[in-house]
Amino acid sequence: MKKVITGNHAVSYGAMLARAQVIAAYPITPQTTIVEHLADFTADGQLDARFINVESEHSAMAASVGASAAGARAFTASSSHGLALMHEMLHVAAGSRLPIVMANVNRALGTNWNLWADQTDSLSQRDTGWLQFYCESNQEALDTVIQAYRVSEQVLVPSMICLDAFFISHTAEIVDIPDKALVDSYLPECNLVYRLDPANPCTLYGVTSAEFYYEFRYKLHKAMEDAIRVAREADDEFREMFGRSYGLVEQYRMEDAELVLVTSGTAASTSRLVIDELRERGERVGMLRIRMFRPFPAEEIRNALRGAQRVAVMDRNMSPGQGGIMAQELRSALCNTPDRPPVYGFVVGLGGRDITTDVVHRVIEEALATDIPEDIIWMGVKV
Amino acid sequence: MSIEIPREEYLFSGHTGCPGCGAVLAMRHVLKGLGDKTVVAIPACCWSIIAGAFPYATLNVPLMHCAFETGAATAAGIKAALEIRGDTETTVLAWAGDGGTFDIGLQALSGAAERNDDIIFICYDNEAYMNTGIQRSSATPWKTWTSTTPANTPKETPKKDIVATMMAHHIPYIATGSVAYPADLIAKVRKAKEIRGTKFIHILIPCPPGWRHPSELTIKIARLAVLSRVFPLYEIEDGNHRVTVEPDDTRVSEYLKLQGRFRHLDETDIEVIQANVDREWSRIECLSA
Repeated sequence: MKKVITGNHAVSYGAMLARAQVIAAYPITPQTTIVEHLADFTADGQLDARFINVESEHSAMAASVGASAAGARAFTASSSHGLALMHEMLHVAAGSRLPIVMANVNRALGTNWNLWADQTDSLSQRDTGWLQFYCESNQEALDTVIQAYRVSEQVLVPSMICLDAFFISHTAEIVDIPDKALVDSYLPECNLVYRLDPANPCTLYGVTSAEFYYEFRYKLHKAMEDAIRVAREADDEFREMFGRSYGLVEQYRMEDAELVLVTSGTAASTSRLVIDELRERGERVGMLRIRMFRPFPAEEIRNALRGAQRVAVMDRNMSPGQGGIMAQELRSALCNTPDRPPVYGFVVGLGGRDITTDVVHRVIEEALATDIPEDIIWMGVKV
Repeated sequence: MSIEIPREEYLFSGHTGCPGCGAVLAMRHVLKGLGDKTVVAIPACCWSIIAGAFPYATLNVPLMHCAFETGAATAAGIKAALEIRGDTETTVLAWAGDGGTFDIGLQALSGAAERNDDIIFICYDNEAYMNTGIQRSSATPWKTWTSTTPANTPKETPKKDIVATMMAHHIPYIATGSVAYPADLIAKVRKAKEIRGTKFIHILIPCPPGWRHPSELTIKIARLAVLSRVFPLYEIEDGNHRVTVEPDDTRVSEYLKLQGRFRHLDETDIEVIQANVDREWSRIECLSA
């Protein structure tokens, strides 16, 4: 069934179809309508879930951790400062190996206070041990929630689905709502072996000495590595069952590309238009969209960039004192590769500033015009 | 008060509590009251250690260690999950120290209480951050020595009234408890188990290293706290107060003098404490009338 719905509504459809059982959430713009729609689904009987209207995002994640530890499929959603407030609990959720799924609407962090699109909120949680997916469309946001439960429950690592504030969260598009029975056959019931069960008492997450802690972290990392294969399989099977797939990274017109533009989120849609235009003019440019950021699919990215002469990364995020975060990750993935291309790190679109086709053109022109890139390249700074 | 105390033990021997630890006894009594259909969430506190380090376990009921400020929210999540999975019988207990209740845990506790989440929240209150080395908390009484309120500048403000704070949330059941009166404690825990909504039980826990008293005096000091009215035993069911153990004419000095943390107090200090205790007792007596 096709509907014209916002990205937030699409996410709530994803959580409803995945049969989320416990939803603990706290309002924050521009996330709020996700849980409002889920409250409606629960009220009208489309979803059998317990709602916990917590008093903070910190408690939202704490309740999700408790619910997941007791074996329920837990869902929450947040954004920006809400996600930042959860930071401690993100570590706890991942260390506890709980397959919680959370939608994060990418919004800038204050101060200065700003409500608009910026990925620094979720990217500054990159070391917490969550899988991270960055979506380009409303359809992808819905589908990724369902895929994420499948992957998370297999590898026992939580998932964060990231979508750009307003460009996805509040923009309506045509979305194909998958058939519930088909989703049920794609996503089996959540059945955690290690959970809080009075019939089988066990102590979870106790104090752990250096004798064992190292091994727990090793296993978390191995599960992350495994998630690359599991996510690929989940995406392949999703294509077979629903006719759509996204890959861990998406390659667009990459054949013989000399310059590759690396993007994520909705900036990819705009970039696609520019790539088409330049290709028509005979320029050898292509685009690589990063969908899965954690675990970082470094090998797939290295393979995709083999042969590229220059790599221009557009980061709608920034680590002050270093630069765009995806550019850092790209450089890190390429640094041990012989004949690696130079990586141009462009910081664009912070705090919801538009990334127009003009911006994308200028990014490509600048990367083609400069042989040795600066560590960080700003576009259109008004100072 | 006479009561049949179950023989079943849910606390194994070999825990890592200090000698004379009141918090170990309190957990033992409480679990006897709750039985095996219980899940416990423990935020950072002495019990994070007492429960045993991985791979050892002290409790024979499911236990989840959680973050310091999340006792109530974690318990609420566990309860919601058990219910949606069809288990409506199991009691979910959040078991927090005074830091995880009065201070860092207060926001989540307030949230759960306002929602009237169906959990029992027990604060075992040893009146300071004992696990990190006796730093003052908002549960530390006036003029108490702690490692962050030295004897020459002891705590200047009174202990936070946590029972009044919880009363302001209009929850169905609130009680105080003592390890010196296990029958009273177990009866209260059993009553709490049968009530739907948020139940709050406040247990005063003598702490030999933190209160500076010999380990064999734990029960005696706990009893003196009750008899001298420093820590009266009562319950508040749907707003109705009832004193459950009648105190006697024990003076507060009898309670204070056994503890090194009050060694620096002078006669005037003790008089002020006695006056405060008397005033608070008449308030409780009046409410219970």
